[in-house]
Amino acid sequence: MSDNGLKSGSNLEKILKAGHFAFTGECGPPKGANVEHLKEKFEHLRGIVDAVNITDNQTAVVRMSSTAASAIMVAQGLEPNFQMVCRDRNRLAIMADILGAYSLGIRNMLCLSGDHQQFGNHPEAKNVFDIDSMQLIALVKMMRDEGTFMNGEDIDVPPKLFIGAASNPFADPYEFRIYRLANKIDAGADFIQTQCIYNMERFRDFMKRAVDMGLAEKAYILAGVTPMKSTRMAQYMAKKVPGIDVPESLIKRLKGAVNGKQAEEGIRFAIEQIEEFKEMEGLAGVHLMAIEWEHKVPEIAERANMLPRPKID
Amino acid sequence: MIVADRKSLDEIQEMIKDYKKILLVGCKGCVTVCNVGGMKEVQVLSSILKIARKKEGRELQVEERTIERQCDFEYVEQLRADCDRFDAILSMACGVGPQFLAEAFPSQKIYPALDTKFFGGAVQHGIWEERCAGCGTCVIHFYDSLCPIARCAKSLQHGPCGGSANGKCEISEDVDCIWDIIVRKKMEQERLEDLRTYRAFKDWRSARDGGPRKSIREELVQ
Repeated sequence: MSDNGLKSGSNLEKILKAGHFAFTGECGPPKGANVEHLKEKFEHLRGIVDAVNITDNQTAVVRMSSTAASAIMVAQGLEPNFQMVCRDRNRLAIMADILGAYSLGIRNMLCLSGDHQQFGNHPEAKNVFDIDSMQLIALVKMMRDEGTFMNGEDIDVPPKLFIGAASNPFADPYEFRIYRLANKIDAGADFIQTQCIYNMERFRDFMKRAVDMGLAEKAYILAGVTPMKSTRMAQYMAKKVPGIDVPESLIKRLKGAVNGKQAEEGIRFAIEQIEEFKEMEGLAGVHLMAIEWEHKVPEIAERANMLPRPKID
Repeated sequence: MIVADRKSLDEIQEMIKDYKKILLVGCKGCVTVCNVGGMKEVQVLSSILKIARKKEGRELQVEERTIERQCDFEYVEQLRADCDRFDAILSMACGVGPQFLAEAFPSQKIYPALDTKFFGGAVQHGIWEERCAGCGTCVIHFYDSLCPIARCAKSLQHGPCGGSANGKCEISEDVDCIWDIIVRKKMEQERLEDLRTYRAFKDWRSARDGGPRKSIREELVQ
């Protein structure tokens, strides 16, 4: 830990440490080198969120690298939460990219295993998985706190990163999910962003368990929210996306909306969720993943009373 | 055992299209057990190849042999007396067989008739599944003798990932999530605490990543 008591000094870390209810967003890099398009997407989030997750070949579809997109964001004065998956790199590339990301001004990093390449647009690819997400968390912590590479050699200027991990309370087996979260926190996660939540009942139970196990005191937990744009999206996520739990009641609610108002109903549900999360014991913030809907984030933030965002020097 | 599938007829025909007389060699080892390269399969492929060639208006002579094991030079030697009588040899063993043949008979042309898949076993008649990745450092004792290196699509040492749903892997509903099975077994046996243990970075040198592997048993080396 540095002199100021901060692990990384990122804005996200400062906000959470000061006890504010954090608000993070998400932005997928373009399928190409279209920097202008990337800037246009994340401009919607300026001043609205505390940090923006930059996804790493999400759903195993090739895009501009998360390091480059994060660096572009840093240069534009926004704070990225750099995502890294274990699917595409061995330990040499992982450590090199961590150092590179830190050198480019990146201060938050989310450690993920990554969707299997079979989902993506290059299913023929060799998968790497030299290490898994648990070990990636431990590795970033080792590099930051011990200042060494995996082999024990000293790092000349260690990367001071705020370490994030994902948690999916809706994957199976449910009973084990809380222990997996505990393992990630033990491995070194400073903050947790959950998979998008639709089944509120299950999430309330999950958070109760997290609080009972003392996990919410050991790491900052941010609840994942993805507003539904349509009934079709809800049905697709319910059926086709493994590990996402969309209750029938939500699908009904969207279906019941007047024609052309399904998106509005989706946003209303998201806002209700955020309002409840603010009061939920053990939660430190919300992670809003508005997929290809970045321009809606300011409106959602406004209506959910998340603005203005606190500023900490 | 080593499990293999036969290559498509088109691919095999393409490999041997220039030859008139081939030796088709089966193996009585793993590929006999998984019904893909034993005496019976040699007979079937031989007939199919001859018929296919006949349809083209050309002749193909195929001599059929099935030896004890193609991964053993002692048995491979049994082919030496005859092997020069053929234009080429088509092996119905796993990937080891054609290579042993090629090493034993360097002037002969050797072709594989099988695609070698994995180390596994039959889970029911006609269905084989992978069980071992041959990583060289067995860790299955951590996981109640269920291997996540071979059986998790991501080889996770700390699973299950967020894509595990209803006991199935995120890549396909036809693939069991091995981590779901591991966790449920631990829960049934009230040993879930075992899965709270952090597992160290794996040393992949013992796997194929460390380069071609060799096993030397000093007491057997003469």
